[in-house]
Amino acid sequence: MDEKQHKLSRRRLIAGGATAGVALPLVHQFVPHNGAHRALEGAEAATDHSEHGAAQALHGGGNAGPTFRMGATVDHGANGFNPTEILRDFDWGKTTRLASGRVLREWTLVAGDREIEVAPGVKYPAWTYNGRVPGPTLRCREGELLRIRFVNASEHPHTIHFHGLHPAEMDGVPGMGAGLVPSGGETTYSFDAEPFGVHLYHCHAGPLAEHIARGLYGAFIVDPKQGRADADEQVMVMNGFNTNFDAEGNQVYAVNTVAFHYVNEPIAVERATPVRIYLVNVLEYDPINSFHIHANFFDYYPTGTRLEPSEFTDTVVQGQAQRGILELEFPYDGDYMFHAHKTEFAELGWMGLFRVGGDNLQDASKKAAYCDVAELEERPA
Amino acid sequence: MEAATRSSRGPEGTTVPGWVLGVVPLALIAAAIAVFALLDGPGLGERNGVPVEELAVERTVLRPGEIELTVRNTGPDPVSIAQVAVADAYVNFRAEPEGEIGRLDDQVISLDYDWQEGSPYAIFMLTSTGATIDHEIDAAAETPEADAGFYGLMTLLGTYVGLIPVALGMLFMPFLRRIDERWVRLIMAFTVGLLAFLALDGYLEGLEIGGESASAFGGVELLFLGAALAYLALTGLSRWMDDRVESAKQTGAAGYRLSLMIATGIGLHNLGEGLAIGSAYAVGALALGAFLVIGFAIHNTTEGLAIVAPLAKSERPSIGRIALLGVIAGAPAILGAWIGASVYTGELAVFLIGIGIGAIVQVIVQLLPSIRDSEGRALHPLSITGIVAGAVLLYLTGLLITV
Repeated sequence: MDEKQHKLSRRRLIAGGATAGVALPLVHQFVPHNGAHRALEGAEAATDHSEHGAAQALHGGGNAGPTFRMGATVDHGANGFNPTEILRDFDWGKTTRLASGRVLREWTLVAGDREIEVAPGVKYPAWTYNGRVPGPTLRCREGELLRIRFVNASEHPHTIHFHGLHPAEMDGVPGMGAGLVPSGGETTYSFDAEPFGVHLYHCHAGPLAEHIARGLYGAFIVDPKQGRADADEQVMVMNGFNTNFDAEGNQVYAVNTVAFHYVNEPIAVERATPVRIYLVNVLEYDPINSFHIHANFFDYYPTGTRLEPSEFTDTVVQGQAQRGILELEFPYDGDYMFHAHKTEFAELGWMGLFRVGGDNLQDASKKAAYCDVAELEERPA
Repeated sequence: MEAATRSSRGPEGTTVPGWVLGVVPLALIAAAIAVFALLDGPGLGERNGVPVEELAVERTVLRPGEIELTVRNTGPDPVSIAQVAVADAYVNFRAEPEGEIGRLDDQVISLDYDWQEGSPYAIFMLTSTGATIDHEIDAAAETPEADAGFYGLMTLLGTYVGLIPVALGMLFMPFLRRIDERWVRLIMAFTVGLLAFLALDGYLEGLEIGGESASAFGGVELLFLGAALAYLALTGLSRWMDDRVESAKQTGAAGYRLSLMIATGIGLHNLGEGLAIGSAYAVGALALGAFLVIGFAIHNTTEGLAIVAPLAKSERPSIGRIALLGVIAGAPAILGAWIGASVYTGELAVFLIGIGIGAIVQVIVQLLPSIRDSEGRALHPLSITGIVAGAVLLYLTGLLITV
């Protein structure tokens, strides 16, 4: 943070002090506060992450909201994934047109053991699918034939259990079909893509809670046959990390693994443009999780299995494995918080920002809602 | 010297100075340890098991909008505090010095948090490995600044609870000098009962504090170390005074000497009492008020009685010397309050409480001869009555004070 910005934030502090009475609606504005003031000065001296400057001014700690130690960020390079990229990363797999005219869609998922940084300076010995937590967001269309080759490169036995409609031997649980896939082993799960909606997959080896909590999960999206309307589509997997392994709640909460990530790097969206969020709760060791958006409302489609929304709301609660689709537009420019309205989780990391319009808008790549069949590679079955 | 002479002539008849035989193994031990450390324990391989991360919070200071913790690494491995949460919310913080905390090193972390007066707070420190170290603040209150006014208040408090009550108790001396020797024995027994209860009280408190402050410097063992140290030091002092007054061993001198020993023991006990008051005040856990001061006054008045009891049948010492006894017994409460309110740590408290216990036990041993009856029994109906009455009285007055 350069000297000019430093002065600016100091002046904002003073201005905040003079107008404390009218500053209330400015939720993110600094509330005048001795401790926060002192700590902020210290943090400014300690940090030079100018790219995070704006977010820091919004979440200064103290009365301005929870924060990790200022200036500290997670090393996404070492982690091998970045939640900003995971947000809009849909893995459509590899497709083939079968003789019947049906589409065969294939993926390979590799389980591994990997230490990841879940909060600045905090390493967690995770188990991963394809080296990331959450695993890849698998996306397909209703009625396709799916094949998922599962390679276990982890030191522990694992499976992949999909939420969906399929025969018992494809359920990815111990003792049925391929059962537990030992370290070094592999298997292929194959089933039809149904029903449409937003689902999930996760390891079902025992102890189940640990195999999920360690990071073996991901979103699994089945588009309806006719597809969905164009939108800025995003996937948010609500998760957490019980870093001290006491199996009593979690120490760190997040969407897409890195706590407070979307505060440091707000999600850029365009004003008056449809946004569709595929929201999945995989949080282990806590009974519920929730999603709340500020200054906005969304249409909520529980599990995404119906095309009519069940509710127009700004808050939704999900138990583990519950999921749904949120559709909304942002009518105004500005920064808007979203977080668990289980506020304890929010203050322990599950909090982010949407940045609508303005100069800071990143190139929010709008993706097609689904892969057009015309683009599929033709291959004889 | 005989031993030295013998060892200087080895079995083979070689002549080596005796001190060399002592220094050589010492040097070899030092060299072996140095080599072992330099080679990082040859043959032992990698460290077995996961790192053990332990931090002890030695001091908590609360200022408006800020919680400051002084933590010490009490475990075998270095610890890095990555994040800190107060009441399940992550907070910004500064660390001084920055970075990893080595074994036995300390770090001061200042948390940016708008705490509320009187609320309890659960804090957890998340280390780089994801381990959590918990710390609880029972009831938040601003830590007083250690300025002149603060030390003045601690002095006043120490005077109220230490000096004045002891002095008041000593006013029983003229009464004691009038009564029959049998009743003096009863009062001495009563004193033994008082002191025994004080020792028990200190022991239990020491166990409690020692148990809480798991620390590299030890917990409960410091209690016993302090007690043994005080007991032996006072016994040594007593023997030294015995030797000095051997020639002029009159009842008067012996009585005053005993009073002095009791005053010293009680003084060391009151040091611990002052410590408890001062530290409780510093963390805002002390309800300062007339009730507390009255409670302490009644409680400590009995201590004054104990000090003058040995003077009942001895030569009457000068007023100055009596006043000195009062100061020795009462003033340490002031010192204790200063220490407790400024540099309090659990280990220090346990050690000082241990010293108080050792001192009291030593005084009890000194007092025992004076409660023996004509047949030489320490426990006889009269003394038992006194001991029980003393213990019960202290128990009852103790109910009045809760720090």
